[in-house]
Amino acid sequence: MENSKKISRRKFLSLSLLGVGGVALISLNPFSKSTSSNWRFFTNDEGVLVDALAEQIIPTDESMGARDAGATNFIDKQLMGPYIRYQETYRKGLKAIQETCKTNFKKSFEALEWEEQTKFLQSMEAGKIEGSNWEKGFDKEFFELIRSHTMQSFYGSPRHGGNKNNVSYKMMRLDYPVIIGQNRYKV
Amino acid sequence: MENRHVNAIIVGAGAGGGVVAKELSVAGLSVVLFERGAWATYDDIDTDELNSQRAHALSNGYGPDNVRNKRVKIYPDGSSKIVLPTEAYSNNAACVGSGTVSYGAMAWRYMQEDFKLRTTYGHVEGSTLEDWPISYEDLEPCYEKAEWELGVAGDDSQNPFAPPRNKPQPMPPFSHNKEAQMLHDAALRLGFHPFPIPMLRNSVPYGGRPACYRMRTCAGFACPVSAKAGTHNTVIPIALESGNCELRINSVVSEIIVNDQGKITGIYYFDANNKKQKQTADIVIIAASATETPRLLLNSKSKFFPKGIGNENDWVGRNLQGHAYTGAFGIFNEDVFDDLGPGASVAICDFSHHNKGIMGGGMLANEFIRMPYLFSDIRPPGAARWGAEHKDFQRKNFKKVAQVIGPYQEHPVFDARIDVDPLVKDFWGIPVARLSGFRHEKDVEGCKFMSEKAELWLKEAGAIYTWQNVGGGKGLSGGQHQAGTCRMGNDPKTSVTDKWGRVHSVPNLFIADGSLHVNNGGFNPALTIMALGYRVGGYIAGEWSKGNRFK
Repeated sequence: MENSKKISRRKFLSLSLLGVGGVALISLNPFSKSTSSNWRFFTNDEGVLVDALAEQIIPTDESMGARDAGATNFIDKQLMGPYIRYQETYRKGLKAIQETCKTNFKKSFEALEWEEQTKFLQSMEAGKIEGSNWEKGFDKEFFELIRSHTMQSFYGSPRHGGNKNNVSYKMMRLDYPVIIGQNRYKV
Repeated sequence: MENRHVNAIIVGAGAGGGVVAKELSVAGLSVVLFERGAWATYDDIDTDELNSQRAHALSNGYGPDNVRNKRVKIYPDGSSKIVLPTEAYSNNAACVGSGTVSYGAMAWRYMQEDFKLRTTYGHVEGSTLEDWPISYEDLEPCYEKAEWELGVAGDDSQNPFAPPRNKPQPMPPFSHNKEAQMLHDAALRLGFHPFPIPMLRNSVPYGGRPACYRMRTCAGFACPVSAKAGTHNTVIPIALESGNCELRINSVVSEIIVNDQGKITGIYYFDANNKKQKQTADIVIIAASATETPRLLLNSKSKFFPKGIGNENDWVGRNLQGHAYTGAFGIFNEDVFDDLGPGASVAICDFSHHNKGIMGGGMLANEFIRMPYLFSDIRPPGAARWGAEHKDFQRKNFKKVAQVIGPYQEHPVFDARIDVDPLVKDFWGIPVARLSGFRHEKDVEGCKFMSEKAELWLKEAGAIYTWQNVGGGKGLSGGQHQAGTCRMGNDPKTSVTDKWGRVHSVPNLFIADGSLHVNNGGFNPALTIMALGYRVGGYIAGEWSKGNRFK
């Protein structure tokens, strides 16, 4: 793990001078499933689905929702770190959602109407999704996982890749950074 | 190279072990203090909620780590599962100071009744509730030492139910935040007796450390200015300065060594490089927590102790208790949150004992500030757990919700226990702790009673909508307030140690943590664990000076 994070400063500088720093860093990661993906763990298709799921869990209203605040980035990042143990659950769960949607609606999840998406997730939450992709209880378990991870992305510290510009703290009228007493530089 | 023989080994640098280290090293004994974790600092996690010891989503900021540690839990339906520290250690920490680095720092003395539970309530079917072998009066001088050496802010004279004391707490109490002031006023209207919660936190400069500046991130976090007192910034530094104490961090003790005469001569441990090492000593003191202490005793099997040390009568690991947290929430019309941390500030002890038909009881207090992620799980029954409605609740009510909560004193249950798993081992190859059993069915009644009082209190304070969260229930106890697994007592058949924390069957083995608690009071246990550290440490040092070598 440690090695994958390390890239020499010189190499980084030369890459960023070429104007491809961000993308290059990711594609150099040997843990990426696909060199063409924009993500560390997710495929591009999975990324689109996680965006749609996160947007359902914390939707955009008068303030930014979880998708735009970086939920997919947060989850993707943690799956290569502290949540490495959930990699297979995500791969299996995301595939199961898409296959069930294609069987039942002939569409991918993200192409469903908003209300249809909501209903689908409500069925997952209640443990009522049927089909060979869902062993007993897996629909509920996977929904809980993605629900809690989306909450973490949106309400946790921006240092982990979500909650862009402290959007949730602003929404809750919570001053951040804390301004009393000894203030510190926040990364 | 072999480690030099010392007078005393202490396993665990938490609330109990840190105090014992100071008592012994200042008295002139040579000491090695073992800690499985590292030194923690504020900057390790800063104000990052997801890594705090309270939310422990991405990690336990103050240990233990998910990579090398695990436990096994057996659930009420009989199924068992391997669990990681972030999943099911319930805030248990592993660092120098352990839980006292990131705790909320409430500084409660247990009440006189708590030491005489059997005398007060009689036998309860299905429970092992019992009197302690010591009274409150026996422990009072040790409470006083803990309050003065670590530093407590409070004023017991405002609490008519507080047990008698010889000396006041050393620092004045904290002022209330807005929510606590509203609850204070409401409590008076209801005829309750509100007072400021005693805290191991500086209200004024004390012990060379500055006063608290009221961070919102306190419970679950280290203090940026060391205003919160733990053993890591009080007694452990004194122990180290004595020149007699060596602190060995990142060192995991795996077994107590028994020689071929059946005597205890030291411990084996894995050092920071995971190499197995041996340390010998005249005396061994285990203060590894009510989960890890019995695990170590049970993992130390020999022909002299075939069932584990101290376990001749199968009492090691039994009577695992924690607290059944119970209370209520209220939504107010206006903001009650004024960002004056740490939040918990006002308490009542009106329901701590002598409630008709209820065994025990507990204190009730307003809750520590919940940061946004933890708040996302706080909703009335039936409210949306996600989606637009959930987000809107978060936006509208984060500053309008108050919570009153308390630690209900559980009925000790013999079958609620720690043992070691026969198959599962940790990173070092040490059999892991296995937790099993249920809470007593009567705990729910006590919790329901207290939750009703909490709800009443919130309503009187002006809450426009309230709901209860009732604790107890059929489930495993233990967790952050773990206690009771090496009970002290006068009868070796029904306890593990004597009234000085010495294991009945072994002259030079002591225990000094929450494992000793016969029952766990209706209060946060940290100050009681510290007081027991002074009792056990003071006893050993006193005997040592008289020439007793515990052979």
